Amino acid sequence: MTDFDITSGERDGMGPHGTKVGLLRVLGPAHVWALGVGIVLVGEYMGWNFGVGKGGAYAALIACWFAGILYTCVAMIDSEVTSTVAAAGGQYTQAKHIVGPLMAFNVGLYLTFAYTMLEAANAITAGYLISEVARLTSGVTDLDQRPFIVLAILFLAWLNFRGVLATLTFNLVITAIAFVAIIILFLSTSGVLGTSMMKHADLMSGQASLPYGWIGVLAAMHFGLWYYLGIEGTTQAAEEVRSPARALPFGTLAGIMTLMTAATLTWYVCSGILPWEFLGDGVNGSVAPLFDTARLTGSGFLVFLLGVGTLFATLASANGCINDASRAWFAMGRDRYLPGWFGAVHPRYRTPYRSIIFLVPIALIFALGAPLDQVITFSILSGLLEYTFMPLNVILFRKKWPMGVIKRGYEHPFHPIPAITLLTLCAVTYFAVFLGYGTQLVAMIGFYIIVSLWFHFWRYRFVNRGAQFTMPWPRPAGY
Amino acid sequence: MAHYQPPKQSKISQLVDVLVLLVLSIGALYLPVKLGLAGASVVHKTVENPTWESLGQNPVQAGQYEALGYTPESAADLITARFDYSFSWVSLAIMVIVVVGYFVMMLKLSETEYREVIAEKFGER
Repeated sequence: MTDFDITSGERDGMGPHGTKVGLLRVLGPAHVWALGVGIVLVGEYMGWNFGVGKGGAYAALIACWFAGILYTCVAMIDSEVTSTVAAAGGQYTQAKHIVGPLMAFNVGLYLTFAYTMLEAANAITAGYLISEVARLTSGVTDLDQRPFIVLAILFLAWLNFRGVLATLTFNLVITAIAFVAIIILFLSTSGVLGTSMMKHADLMSGQASLPYGWIGVLAAMHFGLWYYLGIEGTTQAAEEVRSPARALPFGTLAGIMTLMTAATLTWYVCSGILPWEFLGDGVNGSVAPLFDTARLTGSGFLVFLLGVGTLFATLASANGCINDASRAWFAMGRDRYLPGWFGAVHPRYRTPYRSIIFLVPIALIFALGAPLDQVITFSILSGLLEYTFMPLNVILFRKKWPMGVIKRGYEHPFHPIPAITLLTLCAVTYFAVFLGYGTQLVAMIGFYIIVSLWFHFWRYRFVNRGAQFTMPWPRPAGY
Repeated sequence: MAHYQPPKQSKISQLVDVLVLLVLSIGALYLPVKLGLAGASVVHKTVENPTWESLGQNPVQAGQYEALGYTPESAADLITARFDYSFSWVSLAIMVIVVVGYFVMMLKLSETEYREVIAEKFGER
């Protein structure tokens, strides 16, 4: 067995290519949790409710739990591979070492698009929330949301530019507040503290129970992913955590448990108070369902708390997305999959500053020019392609480096059942996306086919062959 | 295997590469939105002079809509909107072929590249 320990101090502050100025190893498990949950928790504050529109409230709950199984498989698989491949770029770096360069290039793009589109969706929601607060407090009905969208993205990009520790400590605090806000709303409305306000039986009776039948349940799976999308982003911090073998599995698995709890509580309080047609229309109806639920409680404190929670969740998510997308872009630049200019680390702040700046205008284009459901769909589609890669990745990982050949920080149980389950749930979700967003799916895959050919026949000539393989592993079996 | 020495890329060529990626990605994501091809098709049932009863709302549902500030008239579009989930099997088959074909193509080309990487890193067997 190769005994190289990825937690060894000799790699601290060093890029995996031995560059002198590497990313700083300053993060602990709580930061990993904050990065994962911080990106995703906004999925409970907005976006998941499109699933209610696709199939009704029960369909959204079924989708929530099946998507929870999908992400549990993602977290298990990811924890094993990442606790071994601890380098910036996350799944991109995994693909480079396990599947091959072209797959890695595609995975790097999935990551960048999934996070950049999620960042755009967050900025749209933050802009909406501020305009809604202006309407409720001073009757202003035509507040221009665009300056707030631009400001949110620029402020968070600046924070990311200045340093990862401050960025993720900021995330830790605001994510915790947003999570506690959901718990308080649940306790205050469910009857645990005071009288119950829940009206599930009446709001979900008759045609409201499953308005589209079982095909609606399948369709809801599309937005079921939104409850958890981005938890796999914990791997992007691999090069900046002090103890990746311990912190990454712990932070990721604790994150998925937190999110399954938050998702179920969110569904319970929102579907017990808001009518399904209003809840399910995230463009003309409920853009921020937890905030709308708080409004119907009649409690000024809850309205304030969930307003703050929504704002914090969107900021934490956008913050984490900038962090993750820039790491993926940076890692590709460092390997010359993209122009090497993007692979630079700031000499003072030790952040991938050029990648951070470059992605800002792309986020702005979509935040200012595309509807929320379609921006969310772009993000989900990129995530879905990434989740399809993961089972293939772990099957090849176990085949090329069987157990005992290299040291793993975490070994996921029951292999290959999680991989097969994940692949099956991905197939169901492709069908769900096809029901309504098939054009976007085909356009997006058409894009990936064209850029794959561009990479293979043009860009790859600028890439060093053997130097890409930076892990101190033995030769893979079968090669 | 002989060590592969990649050519040096000029700054202009690097810039062109970034622009190609940008145009392709924004084009692929933005065009369906701009051409109106994105998003699920929605049908509305027309209800003349809507009331909560004619919209199929029970008293509790109607009460919640009123608490949100809706009247039957203003809520009618929201309540009667339904997705159209009909689809053609040919379209579904095309989607399956595109998705599976994409992954097969990628895995095959990746494998060719990966063998080169391993041969250079660990030497030929």
